[in-house]
Amino acid sequence: MDFTRRETLVIGAATAAVVTLPMPAMASAVDDAIAEFTGGADVSDGGVDLEAPEIAENGNTVPIEVGAEGASAIMVLAAGNPTPGVATFNFGPLAGAQSAKTRIRLAGTQDVIAVAKMADGSFAKAQKNVKVTIGGCGG
Amino acid sequence: MISRRDFLQVSMAASALYGASGFGNWAKLAAQQALTQDQLLEFETFGNVSLIHITDIHAQMKPIYFREPEINIGVGANKGEVPHVTGADFRKLYGIEDGSPSHYALTYNDFSALAKEYGRVGGLDRVATVVKAIRAARPDALLLDGGDTWHGSYTCHHTEGQDMVNVMNALKPDAMTFHWEFTLGQDRMRELVEGLPFDAMGQNIFDAEWDEPAAEFKPYEFYERGGVKIAVIGQAFPYMPIANPGWMFPDYSFGIRDSHMQKMVDEVRAKGAELVVCLSHNGFDVDKKMAGIVKGIDVILTGHTHDALPEPVLVGETILIASGSNGKFVSRVDLDVRDGQMMGFRHKLIPIFSDVIESDADVAALIEEQRAPFASELSEVIGQTDSLLYRRGNFNGSWDDLICDALLSERDAEIAMSPGVRWGPSLIPGDDITREDIWNVTSMSYGEAYRSEMTGEFIKVILEDVADNIFNPDPYYQQGGDMVRIGGMAYAIDISKPQGERISDMTLLSTGEAIDPSRNYAVAGWASVNEGTEGPQIWDVVENHIRKQGTVSLEPNTSVKVSGL
Repeated sequence: MDFTRRETLVIGAATAAVVTLPMPAMASAVDDAIAEFTGGADVSDGGVDLEAPEIAENGNTVPIEVGAEGASAIMVLAAGNPTPGVATFNFGPLAGAQSAKTRIRLAGTQDVIAVAKMADGSFAKAQKNVKVTIGGCGG
Repeated sequence: MISRRDFLQVSMAASALYGASGFGNWAKLAAQQALTQDQLLEFETFGNVSLIHITDIHAQMKPIYFREPEINIGVGANKGEVPHVTGADFRKLYGIEDGSPSHYALTYNDFSALAKEYGRVGGLDRVATVVKAIRAARPDALLLDGGDTWHGSYTCHHTEGQDMVNVMNALKPDAMTFHWEFTLGQDRMRELVEGLPFDAMGQNIFDAEWDEPAAEFKPYEFYERGGVKIAVIGQAFPYMPIANPGWMFPDYSFGIRDSHMQKMVDEVRAKGAELVVCLSHNGFDVDKKMAGIVKGIDVILTGHTHDALPEPVLVGETILIASGSNGKFVSRVDLDVRDGQMMGFRHKLIPIFSDVIESDADVAALIEEQRAPFASELSEVIGQTDSLLYRRGNFNGSWDDLICDALLSERDAEIAMSPGVRWGPSLIPGDDITREDIWNVTSMSYGEAYRSEMTGEFIKVILEDVADNIFNPDPYYQQGGDMVRIGGMAYAIDISKPQGERISDMTLLSTGEAIDPSRNYAVAGWASVNEGTEGPQIWDVVENHIRKQGTVSLEPNTSVKVSGL
């Protein structure tokens, strides 16, 4: 553990900021994004695979993978980022698999959310908490 | 027909009834002062497969003292569950008589007095004797090393792990997984792994660039033993680049990756595995959670959190084996595998009492060969101790108090921080403190003792962050260390609160004043995960401090107030 370096201080500050962030403001940006994607339809849990590390090795580049069998589109949100929208993957009828992998940047510990539009027009979601930590004391 | 689940439970009950876990037996014998090697090793060979597990040796080739923790708090679903049971509660749970060798081996109370009576534990020459005895009964037993083997001593540091590789090779393990080994740096790590005469494995060791399994490490390997096709799947420490300096092994990524673990289990089952063993460095609670998520693992040999449990813990149809640390224990697990199913088990946690178990002459000679070039440096007496020096415990240990004192005085700091690692043997009152002893609790490839300014607010952020790595109710978010040790400052912690709300009442001990969030404090610490950290090596800082002290005498540390239990 050392905190002399600027990048660590920045991560630490981000961690601290998340603790004190006014969450309702964030929550509404996420709700709005989901509502826009679904057109206000109900979103069920399950049927969407979301792979993300429990603790990010580097908050600046966090590998994630989303997939939902038969989905026509999957939207990814980083609920705690200043701008929650990450990406929306659209799958055409000839897509061999409805899954995608990418790396995303996380401002601090937060939920990553994947919302899928299924073949029948219904919506489903999965979410996972990804922790961004100072680390350095595991033994 | 009896279901497999029922069978396992029956077997477990039988174990408890007849002491077939090998536990109650030797406790009673020892109470009669009649403990012998034969009794320690006594085991009625069972079934058709034997596993031998040793883990977290931390380069301890010679017998040592090792005090188990007094404070080891479980949170969430693990509150009050093993391994979060200590002292008298632990003895009661397992029927251990007070003052018995098992009391000494497995709990912390009366440690100094019992250490004088029962002597040192461990020593890889004694471990070799135990391994040979098991192989005499079951020649094709699998020997599996859970990692944290090539780290933790003067000779290991100076030979970059070569001493441990040489000695472990003589024990002929079949497979190994990893944690601190990576802190040798990825080039040295690859060099050592390439030359191993056994399998280096970790299904969660990935190539950081492409996020796919790293070529140098197998996810699993098959072993045909006792007519059974056994798959051993490796699981390295998941949080390597977070808990240790990622810049030392930038090509690798880790993580729990339990869905990939499931894929590996399904793959080995499809290839005909009749028994699936996971050789893990996850830590006990992480393994326990993983056992409930990943289906089809028969045995998890756990490591990392240094727990020693005299009986397996059952999660569904998976048994978890915890074999301690620092060479203090070896587990033997015999299994009855028939028709592609584990039908029953017999288990024994064998404590390596160095005065009871004979030294293996060949391995003893090999150990001395590794140490000979460093003999005079190792044996130099730096001081003495009047106090018991130990490390294990969630909040503080007397070794860490001494290290923090050294940082405060030698680095002229107001506050000291020492990492909450779980390795490092103990010394008992009256012992000399040699250079080797100091290195046993400090040696690492990033031991520079920094000194920097931190605001009171930032110190709180650090404490909150580390506390959540231990007390997050979800084990998957725990890194398996203990709380960062603090010198020069008191604080209160409510472990039941979420991150950001656990720490309060931070007080600078030198003035008795509350820590000011906006003021800068001079903080000294060591084991930074950041590249380019500057400062003298921690072992030199501690050595200088002990030399000045002559004889070390420590008051009990009362500066951490814990609530929310």
